[in-house]
Amino acid sequence: MHALATHALRLGDDALILGQRLSEWCGHAPALEIDLSLANIALDCVGQATHFLALAGALEGQGRDADRLAFHRDVMDFTNCLLVEQPNGDFAQTIARQFFFAHYQHLLFERMQAVQDERFAAIAAKAVKETAYHAKLAGEWVIRLGDGTEESRARMERGLDWMWRFTGELFAMDEIDSAAIDAGAGVDKAALHPLWDARIGAVLAEAGLAPPAPHRPVLGGRIGRHSEHLGHLISDMQFLQRAYPGATW
Amino acid sequence: MVSAQTWTAGASPARAPAVQELRAILAGVPDPEIPAVSVIDLGIVRAIEAQRVVITPTYTGCPATLAIEQSIRAALDSAGLADVAIETALSPPWSTDWISDEGREKLRAYGIAPPPKGAAAASLKNETQAECPRCGSQNTEEISRFGSTPCKALWRCLACAEPFDRFKCH
Repeated sequence: MHALATHALRLGDDALILGQRLSEWCGHAPALEIDLSLANIALDCVGQATHFLALAGALEGQGRDADRLAFHRDVMDFTNCLLVEQPNGDFAQTIARQFFFAHYQHLLFERMQAVQDERFAAIAAKAVKETAYHAKLAGEWVIRLGDGTEESRARMERGLDWMWRFTGELFAMDEIDSAAIDAGAGVDKAALHPLWDARIGAVLAEAGLAPPAPHRPVLGGRIGRHSEHLGHLISDMQFLQRAYPGATW
Repeated sequence: MVSAQTWTAGASPARAPAVQELRAILAGVPDPEIPAVSVIDLGIVRAIEAQRVVITPTYTGCPATLAIEQSIRAALDSAGLADVAIETALSPPWSTDWISDEGREKLRAYGIAPPPKGAAAASLKNETQAECPRCGSQNTEEISRFGSTPCKALWRCLACAEPFDRFKCH
C-alpha cells in the first residue's frame, strides 16, 4: 500500500476503533448527560473515520471505499494505535483513555490543518474543533473523579495507570510518518510529545493526581500487532458483513 | 427516489435554472434534525450555480449529512431539476458564524438559543453565556456540553427554571 494511503488508514482506524469502543457505553453510562456525551464523541469519531478511510481508499486506488475498509478487513490489517482498542473497563478507565487520546488528537489536528496536502488539511480543520470539546470534557471528568471521593480517586488512578503504557505509541515515528511529512501530509508527532505532557500535566495537577510513573511504551498497533481485545471488537462491529457479505439496505 | 433518466424522459427536458430559483427551492428544504430552519439558514449551502449546488457538513459526525443531501436531491427532482449536481466540500470548515440572522431568529423562536455571531473563533477557549430563548435572561448555566444532537448543548435558565437547547458555537 502507498505510504500516504497507509497514513490515512492509520488516522481512520484510530477514529473508527475509538468510536466503536465509545459507542459501547450507549445506554450504560453513569448518568444521562455523559451517556449523550460519549455517544456524541463516538459519532464524531466515526465521522472522522469515514473521511480518512474514504481518502485511504482513494489513495490506494483499488476501489475500496470507507465501508469496505471498515467492514472487510481482518484484525491484522488494522493499523490503529493500541490505546484506542483497550477495553472500556470502568468509567474512569474510559475517561483515562479518552483524556490521553483526545489531547493527542487535538494537538495532531491543530498541526495537520496547516499541512500542504489539502485533503488531509481539510479533514483536520473540520475535526479539530470537535476534538477541542473532547479534550475539554475528558479533562473535566479527570478533575472531577481525581478530586472526588476516595473511591473515584482510586479508580481514576488505576485507569490512568493502565492506559499510560499505550501513550508512547501515539508519538512514535516510523517510515510511513516520515514519508507523510515529506509529502506535505504528515505531522512530526514526536515534537508533539512535550506539548502533550504539558497539557496532561496541567489537568492532572488540578485533579491532585501525580502523572503515572514512566513506562516503556507498548508498540505494534501501527503494523497490525494488536492486543487480543481488537479481534473481539471487530467481530462485533463486522458481524453483519461477515454473516451476510455485501449486504446493503 | 426518482432518477435523472426517469425525469427527463417523462417530463420536461433538462433546463438551466436561475440561481435565484435554486436558492428559493433550497430555502424550502428544512434541516432534518431542526426543521424550523432551512439548509440556507444554517449556512450548509456553500455555493449555488446554474447546474451545481455545493454543500458542507456541519459536524464531522453529523448523522444528518446524508439525509440533508437526499432532501435537497428530492426538492430539486420535484422542481424538475434532476440534472443539478450536488457536491460536498469540507474546506473551509463550517462555522456557526455562517448561520444567517434570519436563521438565528428562527432557532430562538423554536426554543433553541442561537450561538452569538462571531463567537465561533472564541469557542475553543471558553463558552459565552447563553441567553434563555424563552425569557431572555442571561442568568443561565450549562447542564451538559453534549445534547440531543451533536450541534446542541443542554442548558438551564436560572430565572425561569426552564431547560433549553443551545446551538453550540463551532
